[in-house]
Amino acid sequence: MPPSTQPPMTTEPTTGNRQGRVVMDAGDIARAVTRIAHEILERNKGIKDLALVGIRTGGVHLAHRLVRRIHDIEGTQIPIGELDITLYRDDLSLRKDQPILRKTSVPFKISDLKVVLVDDVLFTGRTIRAAMDSLIDLGRPAEIQLAVLVDRGHRQLPIKANYIGKNIPTSREEAIEVHLEENGEEDRVVILRA
Amino acid sequence: MGLKRKDLLSLTNLSADDITLILETADSFKEVSGREIKKVPALRGKTVVNLFFEPSTRTRTSFELAAKRLSADVINFSPSSSSVVKGETLLDTARNIEAMQADIIVLRHSSAGAAETLARGVKSSVINAGDGWHEHPTQALLDLYTIRSRQMGFAGLRVAIVGDVAHSRVARSNIFALTKLGAEVRVVGPPTMIPLQISQLGVQVYHNLDEALRGVNVIMMLRLQLERQGRALFPTIREYARHYGLTGERVKLAEPGAIVMHPGPINRGVEIAPDVADSLSSVILDQVANGVAVRMGILYLMSGAG
Repeated sequence: MPPSTQPPMTTEPTTGNRQGRVVMDAGDIARAVTRIAHEILERNKGIKDLALVGIRTGGVHLAHRLVRRIHDIEGTQIPIGELDITLYRDDLSLRKDQPILRKTSVPFKISDLKVVLVDDVLFTGRTIRAAMDSLIDLGRPAEIQLAVLVDRGHRQLPIKANYIGKNIPTSREEAIEVHLEENGEEDRVVILRA
Repeated sequence: MGLKRKDLLSLTNLSADDITLILETADSFKEVSGREIKKVPALRGKTVVNLFFEPSTRTRTSFELAAKRLSADVINFSPSSSSVVKGETLLDTARNIEAMQADIIVLRHSSAGAAETLARGVKSSVINAGDGWHEHPTQALLDLYTIRSRQMGFAGLRVAIVGDVAHSRVARSNIFALTKLGAEVRVVGPPTMIPLQISQLGVQVYHNLDEALRGVNVIMMLRLQLERQGRALFPTIREYARHYGLTGERVKLAEPGAIVMHPGPINRGVEIAPDVADSLSSVILDQVANGVAVRMGILYLMSGAG
């Protein structure tokens, strides 16, 4: 899972053995997902014209969980898409090596839909800026909302989430890691000291 | 991560992993080409120069479209309209282009090794878009991508390359890449068109097309370069077509589901019968469409700040 130490958007995999403090366990994550699912339905008055788009890779897993949860509540499957924001990063022209590209797959027309972007950690806001630009290149959604599992602060852009699993105040030097079952790990959110 | 090289000159020095990375990256760009707004901002502010010393429509347009879909600025240089006719050397032309802050130069030249020479002389990235009879790496990569998109694996894949192998940079690049990925490559043509030592590249040589096609999964036809007629490579076009032209009957000799490829432009009725070119097994137009995605992938991978 992407640790979020450096201010620019990071996608480097975790280096491993550093000891961290668990700030959300599997139960906390499950409850947060359930609550966010309810909040999305409440704010949008049901599932009409609603779609979820996860940001690769953590956001995609969470978006799938939310879609399942919404299905449990409403009995209907809402459209889900997956976004790779690499080509929209604001640091592309500064990097020596281009990051590995994965596929964007939004297999439905997003125009006039209320699209909820889903990501695991909200930090500088740069990823979300890139995701919104990428989304708007695919069509003109009626509305874009944002759901995140963790908001760790330190925004560098005027961006705010509509749905937050947990606010976790951090210092810039700390890293947040979101581990999910879908990656073959135990569900938990860990905070790592620098 | 990444390609870790300044230039793309030849497929001989790419590893199987490098090739796979390019094909997977191209996959992401295939999705972009299917969108209503076929543009992403990845190469914003970068300049790509198409430097073509030989006529080409397909390859140049493909590179131009690829660069534009990545939001790069594209400049097309062709010798007739530039100072080359005034006697400027390749390197001097390129240095001038470089002085205008070109990030990537795409070179097509009639001399083998031109891209290599250029790459040594300039700081910009150089992509070989065909140098003489040497190589045409992006064509081979788009051929591989097309094979892969037909759900065919490369290990054990049987590919027949048919035609003027000796004078074909497309054939050479494909041989390098396919053998590297574990495919079994057969080259087929009259002895005048098959280089003597070619079996050293790990391919099997055939002079009879019917024999060569038995059991193959991919039939890769090469364009008969009609301008070479009269150089004693083949007696008449008609005789060539009879022995080495791909007909519907001959396609049946291959494995069921085999695909027919051609780098274009095709000579209908010469190396390929019209009904074969238009048949379901023909992926010739897929190759063209995939070419843009593959070149977007290559431009993207080569556009690191370096």
